[in-house]
Amino acid sequence: MQLTVWTYEGPPHVGAMRVATAMRDVHYVLHAPQGDTYADLLFTMIERRDRRPPVTYTTFQARDLGADTAQLFQDAVSDAYERFQPKAMLVGASCTAELIQDDPGGLAEALALPIPVIPLELPSYQRKENWGAAETFYYVVRTLAKPRDDDDRDSRSPSCNLLGPTALGFRHRDDVQEIQTLLTQLGIEVNVVAPWNATPDDIARLGDADFNICLYPEIAETAARWLKRTYKQPYIDTVPIGVTATNRFVSEVAELAGVDPLPVLNTINSRLPWYSRSIDSTYLTDKRVFVFGDASHAMAAARMCKHEFGFDVVGIGTYSREYARKVRVLAEELGVDALITDDYLEVEARVQELQPEMVLGTQMERHIAKRLGIACAVISAPTHVQDYPAAYSPQMGYEGANVLFDTWVHPLMMGLEEHLLGMFSEDFEFHNDATPSHLGGGATSKPDPAEQHLPVDPSSAAPASVDGQLSWSADAEKTLSRIPFFVRGKARRNTETFARERGIQTITSETLYDAKAHFGK
Amino acid sequence: MNSSSLARSTSSAEARPVIRERGQREVFCGLTGIVWLHRKIQDAFFLVVGSRTCAHLIQSAAGVMIFAEPRFATAIIGERDLAGLADLNDELDREVGKLLARRPDIKLLFLVGSCPSEVIKLDLGRAAERLSKHHMPAVRVLNFSGSGIETTFTQGEDACLASLVPEMTESDERRLLVVGALADIVEDQFRGLFAEIGIDAVDFLPPQHAADLATVGPNTRYLLAQPFLGDTAHALEERGAVRIDAPFPIGVQGTTAWFKAAAAEFGIAEAQVDLVTETRRARAAGALERYREELGGKRIFLFPDSQLEVPLARFVANELDMQLAEVGTPYLHKQHLAAELEALPENTRLSEGQDVERQLDRAREDEPDIIVCGLGLANPLEAEGYTTKWSIELLFTPIHGYEQAADCAELFARPLRRKRRLEV
Ligand code: SF4
Repeated sequence: MQLTVWTYEGPPHVGAMRVATAMRDVHYVLHAPQGDTYADLLFTMIERRDRRPPVTYTTFQARDLGADTAQLFQDAVSDAYERFQPKAMLVGASCTAELIQDDPGGLAEALALPIPVIPLELPSYQRKENWGAAETFYYVVRTLAKPRDDDDRDSRSPSCNLLGPTALGFRHRDDVQEIQTLLTQLGIEVNVVAPWNATPDDIARLGDADFNICLYPEIAETAARWLKRTYKQPYIDTVPIGVTATNRFVSEVAELAGVDPLPVLNTINSRLPWYSRSIDSTYLTDKRVFVFGDASHAMAAARMCKHEFGFDVVGIGTYSREYARKVRVLAEELGVDALITDDYLEVEARVQELQPEMVLGTQMERHIAKRLGIACAVISAPTHVQDYPAAYSPQMGYEGANVLFDTWVHPLMMGLEEHLLGMFSEDFEFHNDATPSHLGGGATSKPDPAEQHLPVDPSSAAPASVDGQLSWSADAEKTLSRIPFFVRGKARRNTETFARERGIQTITSETLYDAKAHFGK
Repeated sequence: MNSSSLARSTSSAEARPVIRERGQREVFCGLTGIVWLHRKIQDAFFLVVGSRTCAHLIQSAAGVMIFAEPRFATAIIGERDLAGLADLNDELDREVGKLLARRPDIKLLFLVGSCPSEVIKLDLGRAAERLSKHHMPAVRVLNFSGSGIETTFTQGEDACLASLVPEMTESDERRLLVVGALADIVEDQFRGLFAEIGIDAVDFLPPQHAADLATVGPNTRYLLAQPFLGDTAHALEERGAVRIDAPFPIGVQGTTAWFKAAAAEFGIAEAQVDLVTETRRARAAGALERYREELGGKRIFLFPDSQLEVPLARFVANELDMQLAEVGTPYLHKQHLAAELEALPENTRLSEGQDVERQLDRAREDEPDIIVCGLGLANPLEAEGYTTKWSIELLFTPIHGYEQAADCAELFARPLRRKRRLEV
């Protein structure tokens, strides 16, 4: 039993819905009680989809339990087939139906529908959303994909499949477009994109491609591995987020396809390298950043932070337990601890402890950062409606790198402005609680009275004067208050560490300046 | 407007034909009620014992994660818990212990049952008793079901309030009990109006603090503020309380009739209510005037969701001159809705239960001007060219009473106005 306030991932059947909703001509019959229909709103509200997810719920009730829930399920399948005329059907159970053990697969098979019916076994009490999506996609591929037609193997231009983009993904829509453009520039044909917009017929053609691109490993890797084993299609799982990773992706893809990568690599294709070198960006140097998200996005972001922004990654974590090992390896490279957890409170505690200057995370971390007055940008699901922008905003490829430069730099103070703030910190316009001028009034959030139930006393983020034996003198507090808010937390932390190490009990202005000198910068 | 049209009902509405459907329901389960109940009872904590789905539902229904650690959480049952119920009880006790240790502000803890907890027959009633013994007097532990196999959307509130009734102290005092969670601002207005009318002994259920739970007894007269409280009403009656038959305080007419019903019960002349409410009625009616021009003649289709549909339909039909295409409700409580049904225009198409696909077919055939429906249906219908109002907002926005009548009308008017304005 695990106590949860907010969850990073939904149950595995929501992952299945993400696959079904991304596809066309597919219908998913889910044996589930009425409340589970909430999942529709994830797609219609958060992603602003203009169609309902292709899902029928049996919505059985307590009174049905004694009677015949199996019949109810079969009726739902028949009705859904009649009404929607899908070319393939997925059937499965949500957590409650899993307990009543009606065997949706067997029941649907007994109806002998003239289309492929794919039973999904998604253990709700063990697994979560991304795993559910991966497993569903794998079942779909395994059931529908056919071997390639070998006749014209050499006569065509090299081709690949793009695997992994789903409904409710973080910028999947735009990533697909960006990567397709890149592949076209390389002269590589995209055979099928799946599950995004794919029909069962498209899935059947997967085998025709020369290789696969596993764009979102959390979702596509299981299927990609199966295709490799079964149809001898190699796959690439380099996630092309960031300039370096995109360059590597281009080289790897070009090698597999037997084409020349140089036409793409030699053109100046992202503004990020120049923007990062231009002197206004000097202020980005060593900004302390904490990164959390699904494994692929978190790892890509951490690498970009270090090598493309010149940030200092002070922590990295993921809720994707399936990829914990990879994240740990990267964390070691970066010399930090990896935080593998799906407990939001643990992430919050880590952020409070580390006092980063920026958090790159999910919508959950956005809330954490907002409460603590730390700059934040969202890099990964779970998402909210604002993560589906109207503008073309890929994360992947060269344009993706441009988007990320803008997105991550935006919450931070602009270089020149930071400089001015340092000079005029006493001026009324640049008072203590001044926010970056481009961010309007709301960026330094004080804990709202409605948010008083912080798990850890919010004052520990900006601790009160007395901390165990450590206390702050009035003049030290005053000096501290003159330090711009976005470095104040760090200054306080450093000073306290400094004082503790030296057995100083009362922190004075002098201690603060001593600590400043000690820690440099 | 004729307020007598909402006089207390005498004849029955039995004769009205009702479409009864049993197909796919597109409605949340009772767990959703936690989203507003935890704001209402300020020292209560709601611990759902359920699955990851349950946690995800509440998170999604709450929309945004506004609170760092809100007064609700889900104890997610894991694979290992399913292996043995005894261990599951121990686990639950342990988790509750940890929670209460961390949150000393909690005075009342609800264990909220879910589909999984019910299917595996985890006895939360027993668990609540056990935990209560252990944590009293600091914390009282109660339980109710918000499961989707037992409750639909607002019925979670019903189950929660019903679980409070046995906790109410017995009293012979003649008091009025207003039942149903109302926005604080509405509660304040109602309290003030009752006092002006001359009823001072008024309590509200749920209370804002656990310790302020009202008393109950044979002299308690209760007035429902929400139409979905069948079980709570039943529990109150078992304690001797008597229901005051009234429509619901939505719209000027509903609100007036509601206060009059209470006044009559307490031996206060109708004229007194008229006198006290005169300025409010006039102000609200004035505010509705504009909306009647905007909404009059427009056809509205209400999908079943909160059980507020019948009172809302009565309000928009009688006070805003809207036309009713269909009024759907998850359950039609004929007795509690008697006065409401009486006041509905004749030939109103009523439906109870749901088969969402068929209902969508009917809606498309009707081509209403506005469709009131859940969040899963709204955008897809908009994309088909319909104008919609998402129904959960009717629970989250104060709509009861005089001062909120125009706000309620605005909820329907705004989507239509927006549609007219947009040129793209
Ligand atoms: S319908 Fe049942 S399983 Fe689904 S969220 Fe509600 S209580 Fe949980």
